[in-house]
Amino acid sequence: MIRSRTLYQKIWDAHVVERGEDGTCLLYIDRHLVHEVTSPQAFEGLRAAGRRVRRTDLTLAVPDHNVPTTPDRVFGIRDEESRLQVEALETNTRDFGVPYIPMLDSRQGIVHVVGPEQGFTLPGLTIVCGDSHTSTHGAFGALAFGIGTSEVEHVLATQSLRLRPAKTLNVVCDGTLAKGVTAKDLILHIIGILGTAGGTGHVIEYTGEALRGLSMEGRMTVCNMSIEAGARAGLIAPDDVTFAYLKGRPLAPQGAVWDQAVEAWRGLPSDPGARYDATVHVDASVLAPTVTWGTSPQDVAPITGVVPDPAQEPDPVKAASMRQALAYMGLEPGTRLQDLAVDRVFIGSCTNGRLEDLREAASVVRGRTVAPGVQVLVVPGSGLVKRQAEEEGLDRIFREAGCLWREPGCSMCLGMNEDRLSPGERCASTSNRNFEGRQGRGGRTHLLSPAMAAAAAVTGHLTDVREMTR
Amino acid sequence: MKPFQILTGVAAPLPRVNVDTDQIIPKQFLKTVKRTGLGAGLFYDFRFKPDGTPDPTFVLNQPAYKDAKILVGGANFGCGSSREHAPWALLDFGISCVIAPSFADIFFNNCFKNGVLPLALPDEQVQRLMALVTDRPGTALTVDLRERRILGPDGAPLFNTPFPVDPDRRRALLEGEDEITTTESRGESLDAFEAQQASAWPWVRTRA
Ligand code: SF4
Repeated sequence: MIRSRTLYQKIWDAHVVERGEDGTCLLYIDRHLVHEVTSPQAFEGLRAAGRRVRRTDLTLAVPDHNVPTTPDRVFGIRDEESRLQVEALETNTRDFGVPYIPMLDSRQGIVHVVGPEQGFTLPGLTIVCGDSHTSTHGAFGALAFGIGTSEVEHVLATQSLRLRPAKTLNVVCDGTLAKGVTAKDLILHIIGILGTAGGTGHVIEYTGEALRGLSMEGRMTVCNMSIEAGARAGLIAPDDVTFAYLKGRPLAPQGAVWDQAVEAWRGLPSDPGARYDATVHVDASVLAPTVTWGTSPQDVAPITGVVPDPAQEPDPVKAASMRQALAYMGLEPGTRLQDLAVDRVFIGSCTNGRLEDLREAASVVRGRTVAPGVQVLVVPGSGLVKRQAEEEGLDRIFREAGCLWREPGCSMCLGMNEDRLSPGERCASTSNRNFEGRQGRGGRTHLLSPAMAAAAAVTGHLTDVREMTR
Repeated sequence: MKPFQILTGVAAPLPRVNVDTDQIIPKQFLKTVKRTGLGAGLFYDFRFKPDGTPDPTFVLNQPAYKDAKILVGGANFGCGSSREHAPWALLDFGISCVIAPSFADIFFNNCFKNGVLPLALPDEQVQRLMALVTDRPGTALTVDLRERRILGPDGAPLFNTPFPVDPDRRRALLEGEDEITTTESRGESLDAFEAQQASAWPWVRTRA
């Protein structure tokens, strides 16, 4: 009898080059995405040891973290250090023969937007990048995870990694999402349940009716934030939605090979009866739009709720960290979340910087204007997203409402370029991390969906978007 | 990689949970193309006030702890981004061992690649260590990876049982192994895998 296997086990088994006695495997890596921040030291290491890149054809590099998002970037990057880092990527990819998408190329963007868009990301593959949000690509049924720079060097040199298998966690999303509730709300809610360390040592497979109903963009949003629950990777079984998204992408297979691939991909989903190390059920149908109130992505609450009270928390360690978070966020327990005024709004990032996200945000902003005193930054995830959005007239909707429409990059998701919060500024952000100082020292981040961010932009405070779209 | 075998040094308490890599080394220090010099940015937002002057209340700014080689932290240490700048910064500052109840996966991995030992100990052991190094500032501990023991200032083991550590990773640290060289010796297996994959799954090749 053939053993029932999960999607994760199937991908793992198909990539084992050698299995060690203690269970450590040499795992083959099919795709390696490279960006400017975590790669310079890796290329330097190769150079020092006289090594080459083993498979340049399986590697793709693009600058994203440091790039300015203002149109004047055509004249070059002003910030000296950022410029040097991007130039280092340019030199390194040239010296080592790695395919490179330069900043001013129309395909440039955030690695995790570019990979799928180009068809570089495919089901059943192992995909790595020196970036924790590599988990995004798991939406295609690929085993995708972030690695450190030493591992980047290891993959460049050997196209493989030494790893031990992870445990599997099945997050079953039952029911369907209500109107106005999106993939972002779902994943924030899941992280709230699991906690930031709940997925540690695990690969999460998301299953269930609510999941199957999501578009590829929505699935990427969910998988993207798996790392925020501590998981190594997120996975969603590929289906017709996946194949339809990939078909015809520049780097996707074509013709007979495409057909052959799709047939093989249909065999990837977990077998009936396959065992997971743990299973968690989530009822998606009861969800409201969800926002974070604290400094960890697990600090979530429905928009209809209030800032929680540490005095109600029985665990003293948790209560202490809640107090710390509330002090940093400048919040009083019991305040209605809808009463929180925002200074800035950020729509973008590898979590929510895709076309569908921009469409959702634009549909809320359309015909309305940004609240006085609020600065709204809309940053497409890639040049292709930007172009498509402009073809649909989304840029006009945003601009007319008073939003800033920018060039693609990571931007204020982490503020390595000029886009960042000032101390004390409160921001409604579609990104993935609300850590202290993440968007700028002293900045206060509330994570939410693109539609919710757009609603906050218009009203000037956190808002239940369902009340605006009725 | 520099081997890690036995380390004696001051241990500093950092009783916070979910210390993320943005805190360990904030983004403005990620613009370097080098591995060295990152100690200057370690815990920057904790060590320095917004005006750039040192914050005397932060543990690593206190005279007794400023030369710390060991850090005792809270659960889920090192969560967040994959930046290897985090262990580089610790190392550059002089810290090559972090003891905590639990670690985030990528950070944990990154430590081993750089000769930093992340030691996950049971909660009550970490609490005992935390109390010890808090109550007596400047206490030196010895972490002996060969014997898998933590010794107190008097040289006696603090716990009855050796600490748990993955055997393969322990060996790599003790030897200061260059992992790429090890993998390169498996070149034939890699070649064979590639040949097999190319015929079974031709679509894995890119058309680039
Ligand atoms: S958008 Fe944010 S999370 Fe995504 S890769 Fe860029 S910095 Fe990282």
